[in-house]
Amino acid sequence: MTELAITVNGEPRRLPGPATLLDLLATLDLDARTVVVELNREIVRRPRLGETPLAPGDQVELVHFVGGG
Amino acid sequence: MTDTLQTPAPALDSALSIGGRSFRSRLMVGTGKYRDNAEMVRAIAASGAEVVTVAVRRVDLDRRKEESVLHHLSPERYFLLANTAGCYDAGEAVRYAHLAREAGFNDFVKLEVLGDRETLLPDTQGLLEAAVQLVREGFTVLAYTNDDLVTALRLEDAGCAAVMPLASPIGSGLGLLNPMNIRTIKRRLSVPVIVDAGVGTASDACITMEQGVDGVLMNTALAEAADPAAMARAMKLAVEAGRLAYLAGRMPRRESAVPSSPERGMLA
Repeated sequence: MTELAITVNGEPRRLPGPATLLDLLATLDLDARTVVVELNREIVRRPRLGETPLAPGDQVELVHFVGGG
Repeated sequence: MTDTLQTPAPALDSALSIGGRSFRSRLMVGTGKYRDNAEMVRAIAASGAEVVTVAVRRVDLDRRKEESVLHHLSPERYFLLANTAGCYDAGEAVRYAHLAREAGFNDFVKLEVLGDRETLLPDTQGLLEAAVQLVREGFTVLAYTNDDLVTALRLEDAGCAAVMPLASPIGSGLGLLNPMNIRTIKRRLSVPVIVDAGVGTASDACITMEQGVDGVLMNTALAEAADPAAMARAMKLAVEAGRLAYLAGRMPRRESAVPSSPERGMLA
């Protein structure tokens, strides 16, 4: 069991590895249907989240729709 | 609360068509700055708007109670128009547009590339650059711009599906500052012209529609009204009234008087 040191939304985060992006969402209690995931500046489409592993140093951005004009 | 005026029958006005989609309402509304979600939902419902704008932002991981706006506004009832608000260069705006499209609702984007933090006026160079790229990538681009004809024409040439000139700065509530510029833009462009930004109260929306534009987008006018749902209802009526007045063909303005009652038949 390794520990992955990654960045999520600009903040450092550690989680037990190996882990996929879908595991990360589950850890954060986020619904994959309302979140869009960017890994190292590339969007990872929803069907691929469960098969995309995280690596040390990865930068993840999790975004969603909020109120705006 | 019931309308004292009936909504105009469809035959009185055509539908608003943008990028192959058809909309009945010419009023578009934003979802930002409301005091709470319940107020937002009530106001948007009262407005009769079909198109609502949303922004793309990081999920706040510390406050997981903060939900996506999708929890309050159904994508089945409303057409979600994602914006690239807060972007100050073309690359950033393109990145946000990609993220918005990935959410999976449509290929439309309200493109904003800002150039100044005090006025939130657009960076026209960056705006054109981003528009060209996004159009090439198959987006339906609605471009927020200033009220300059030449920029509007360039955006149309770049393939934008609609051009959205401001009435006055975002959130200013100053209303339509330069009606002539907006009329000129409408007269010269072939794509729909939707005035976006600066509307403050109902008369602003009415006057804007009287210029002949295809629609109006507003946010702060509703969110910062004392009673947003009541203001939304006023705006719905104002947009319809302004549109009908435009279609009716107004009388000319004159700088001298013409009597309304006959001059003959006066007593001796």
